[in-house]
Amino acid sequence: MAIFQARTWLCRSFSTLSSHPLHVCVVGSGPAGFYTAEKMLKAHQEAEVDIIDRLPTPFGLVRSGVAPDHPETKIVINQFSRVARHDRCSFFGNVTLGSSVSLLELRELYHVVVLAYGAESDRELGIPGEDLVGIHSAREFVWWYNGHPDCKNLDPDLKNTDTAVILGQGNVALDIARILLRPATELATTDIASHALAALEESSIRKVYLVGRRGPVQAACTAKELREVLGIKDLCIHLQEADLLKTPKDEEEIKNNRIQRRVYELLSKAATTGPSHPRSGQRELHFVFFRKPDRFLESDEKRGHVSGVHFEKTVLKDVGDGKRIAVGTGKFEDLECGMVLKSIGYKSVPVDGLPFDHQKGVVPNIRGRVLHDTSGDPTLLEEGLYVCGWLKRGPTGIIATNLYCAEETVVSISEDLNLLASKASLPKPGREGLLHLLDNRNVKFVQFSAWEKIDSTETMLGSLKNKPRDKLTTWEELLKVARE
Amino acid sequence: NASEEGSEKEETISVTFVDKDGEEQHIKVPIGMSMLEAAHENDIELEGACEGSLACSTCHVIVMDMEYYNKLEDPADEENDMLDLAFGLTETSRLGCQVIAKPELDGIRLAIPAATRNFAVDGSCNY
Ligand SMILES: Cc1cc2nc3c(=O)[nH]c(=O)nc-3n(C[C@H](O)[C@H](O)[C@H](O)COP(=O)(O)OP(=O)(O)OC[C@H]3O[C@@H](n4cnc5c(N)ncnc54)[C@H](O)[C@@H]3O)c2cc1C
Ligand code: FES
Repeated sequence: MAIFQARTWLCRSFSTLSSHPLHVCVVGSGPAGFYTAEKMLKAHQEAEVDIIDRLPTPFGLVRSGVAPDHPETKIVINQFSRVARHDRCSFFGNVTLGSSVSLLELRELYHVVVLAYGAESDRELGIPGEDLVGIHSAREFVWWYNGHPDCKNLDPDLKNTDTAVILGQGNVALDIARILLRPATELATTDIASHALAALEESSIRKVYLVGRRGPVQAACTAKELREVLGIKDLCIHLQEADLLKTPKDEEEIKNNRIQRRVYELLSKAATTGPSHPRSGQRELHFVFFRKPDRFLESDEKRGHVSGVHFEKTVLKDVGDGKRIAVGTGKFEDLECGMVLKSIGYKSVPVDGLPFDHQKGVVPNIRGRVLHDTSGDPTLLEEGLYVCGWLKRGPTGIIATNLYCAEETVVSISEDLNLLASKASLPKPGREGLLHLLDNRNVKFVQFSAWEKIDSTETMLGSLKNKPRDKLTTWEELLKVARE
Repeated sequence: NASEEGSEKEETISVTFVDKDGEEQHIKVPIGMSMLEAAHENDIELEGACEGSLACSTCHVIVMDMEYYNKLEDPADEENDMLDLAFGLTETSRLGCQVIAKPELDGIRLAIPAATRNFAVDGSCNY
């Protein structure tokens, strides 16, 4: 590639002046990307870090995942913004790995490439009826209420049913239950997308079922989220007391796990204190345990629409290692509903040229070093290629988990660079090369200063409605404001 | 034994931070200030992703002496909820943003946990 050679030459003469910058590209501007950038800048004074993201807006799931009624959780954006404004760091939004630029190209341009592009697809149940209208993945629903431009048009129907079933009992499931059950007036002063607020204001949903395959001891949520959903004003909580009975195995599990213990305590307390008969119109939250979805039921009146879920009852079974899984009992039960939200896990998407473990849905790696294949052979490394965050570990963990995850990846990078330092390392084109490539392809990237225009527009629009921000939710609007 | 001469009259207390590498830093902290703020004013590397609003657990510190730990008010439910998610949790763990300097704490020693050591062990929860 002639361009690259010319650039390489240019950069070589340039880098002698600036004492060999180390060119680093981070793909994805969520917590994993920003923590990696922060730590790289700190550990390597000669590092120049470029962060690319496919969206015109930075911060990943802090913007499009974290619930609108959790503003404190989003404060970390301040720290990430300081990183983005660092003089050795640049943000390039609206640049997609896999279409704007390939992995091969990035690896030619940069000494170090760190992939931190998260998990933007969904696990599937693989049961009949999964395509019926009214069934959504949690990811899409969350993107919709958080104003992600890819899900503005999801348009979930909240008006034709009073019952929603959420499959899963993790924190994302609890977020969704809370958004559906909280009085819309309380959400009006958050940064929830306006289209979602309008739909929730007219919502007819009064009953939400949170359904898990296992029992209350195994519920995958945290006490913080559970406490919050249980504390919703004027909400009637339902829970079968029989489900709360603990086996000796449960007792053992609880003894060894602080989170599980505290979650279980909250659930038992809710079971004993809640009023058992809702007033008419009062909103209800039902915790349903030991049920796995078997198939979705289709409505008779509205063909193609979901009308319920056919569940199989389960029991826990030992599979060794202290692990227990839910297995079907052959007994079934239906639950009627007009909407289903599947909160059964996110999944990462591979790009061309990237080793990928399709089973686990992550990039095979050892402490952040990308492995050549899934055999786990630690000697087969992809030189200069690293991974961090949900793409590295799978879709679990809080924002802070990515901090430690980034620490681990950056330690690996630093060790490798130390080894390399003995050999003469080749200059690379870095940012200049990227800009050239994007220019050639007519990719209109969005720099951090352009995001700041979006940010101030959103804040200004929000202040008119007594919201911290009113998000721009279409690609057109976002790009237009970025270019003003 | 930890109190300095005349410390009762002063409006600050002595606090020692012990970082991941065992390096000690001694600072003076005004009464009423949180350990998170104090650390930041003194360029001590204590994370504080949510800037003290009890929503992140990154300001996790370990009180090194039980005696001092017992001088602190019990953590509120909300602090315990965040401590649930802290890496390398111990019996004397607290959130730095919730520990406020008061005279009885003069001489307290706080360790900043080495997260990576615990990362592989308890790196999975719940989103
Ligand atoms: C619904 C939900 C609510 C949550 N709430 C909380 C909470 O309250 N508190 C908490 O601590 N944690 C919460 N979490 C967890 C937290 O958000 C994650 O741990 C964290 O965001 C994962 O970071 P990441 O950087 O790996 O991925 P992400 O945050 O997903 O970032 C990935 C980034 O990569 C970009 N990208 C994707 N594909 C490409 C591509 N091909 N090219 C370029 N860029 C690309 C995306 O646009 C995105 O910006 C929540 C998670 C979810 C799903
Ligand atoms: S700074 Fe976030 S909990 Fe203390």
